[in-house]
Amino acid sequence: MESGTKSCACEGPVTRPAPSSGPGFWASGGWLLAALPAWFAIYLSLKPAADWLAFSVFALRPGSRLGEAVAFFAYDGPKVLLLLGLVVLGVSFVQTFISPERTRDLLAKRTGAWGNLLASLLGIATPFCSCSAVPLFIGFVRVGVPLGATFSFLVSAPMVNEVALFLLLSLFGWRIALLYTVTGVMVAFLSGWILSKLRMERHLEPWVMEIPFEASVGASAPMGFARRIEMALQATRDIVAKVWLYVLAGIAVGAFLHGYVPAELLARFMGRSAWWSVPLAVLIGVPLYANAAGIIPIVQVLLAKGAALGTALAFMMAVTGLSLPETVILRKVLKPRLLAVFLGIVAVGIVLVGYLFNLLM
Amino acid sequence: MKIEVLGPGCAKCKLLAERTEEAAKGLGADFTLVKVTEYPDIVARGVMTTPGLVVDGVVKSQGHVPTVAAIRELLR
Repeated sequence: MESGTKSCACEGPVTRPAPSSGPGFWASGGWLLAALPAWFAIYLSLKPAADWLAFSVFALRPGSRLGEAVAFFAYDGPKVLLLLGLVVLGVSFVQTFISPERTRDLLAKRTGAWGNLLASLLGIATPFCSCSAVPLFIGFVRVGVPLGATFSFLVSAPMVNEVALFLLLSLFGWRIALLYTVTGVMVAFLSGWILSKLRMERHLEPWVMEIPFEASVGASAPMGFARRIEMALQATRDIVAKVWLYVLAGIAVGAFLHGYVPAELLARFMGRSAWWSVPLAVLIGVPLYANAAGIIPIVQVLLAKGAALGTALAFMMAVTGLSLPETVILRKVLKPRLLAVFLGIVAVGIVLVGYLFNLLM
Repeated sequence: MKIEVLGPGCAKCKLLAERTEEAAKGLGADFTLVKVTEYPDIVARGVMTTPGLVVDGVVKSQGHVPTVAAIRELLR
């Protein structure tokens, strides 16, 4: 978990297209295609390799606490890192086609619910860093992106991103990853849409609309396939280098707590029967500031120890989607009333998602 | 040469300032390096994603931290 208002929870550098012809297809990108079968071969042999390591090399007894913990870690650690590499590479490649400037131009002047939906969806794939929230907000609003759509983007971008997706996918399976994505987009869409109906444009700080402003143009020189692959690889290296330790630490904690903390401990506080647990999880989660890599392993432990799915998802959304530092940053452009309404709507949306899952699952 | 590093003071902004200084010194150029940390000043320069690098009033890079070698090219 990170702390302090000056640090940044963004998962990696925002890579940006730059004009370059680059080397040939095979030299820079083609070998990746050849590497894919090798990736699958390694992935499929992880389980036997982990068992062999734990039960033959370390000679631990299958079924024993320590033996199972070591086997779990030796399997889950490399598995998650392999998945991280593949997913982040794929997303980084897609992101070479999307810049904040392009997203902004796509959203400009697009009023109504479609604008909000599009903003929520673009928020998933657009590279975004909370340090940039203020200049980005002004950039959006000043070129005519409706306030509601801007908020939809601001909610969706940090909450649903590639690292969150990959971790959910590898730790909880595709159903939960999909549920989280769909409901995250829903919360972003509805929050922005409701805000647009409230017509709160006059609650912006005056300087937002008054300062001299010049719309920036994202570097848009045409880029070859090889160059995009090269940039995606660079981004993947940076992101993996930044989060692998958090991920392994989370899995290690998960592996060991599993045996030593009574499974029913959290059920009383975060189980389905405790109706107040969802709002409480959101209240605790909002001031916390962490990126998806830091929070998801914790969510894994919560779930394993008896927390209800809806409560755990609501907690994660509250931590990633809203945060105290971001609130302080946004106060520079929003008057208190608009800021409060924004926080309130998003928090209520997250609570509703929590209840929904606790009812359905 | 007037170099401005734009950003509220996050880790990446500091990194960009360090690399830019290294690149500029490597070129042996006569330069001044200013950190622009206030949001109105950042926005007024047309930068939407920090950190940004502005050389003599022209936005050279934004939203990421280029390598020292890449910055050297941008400064030329």
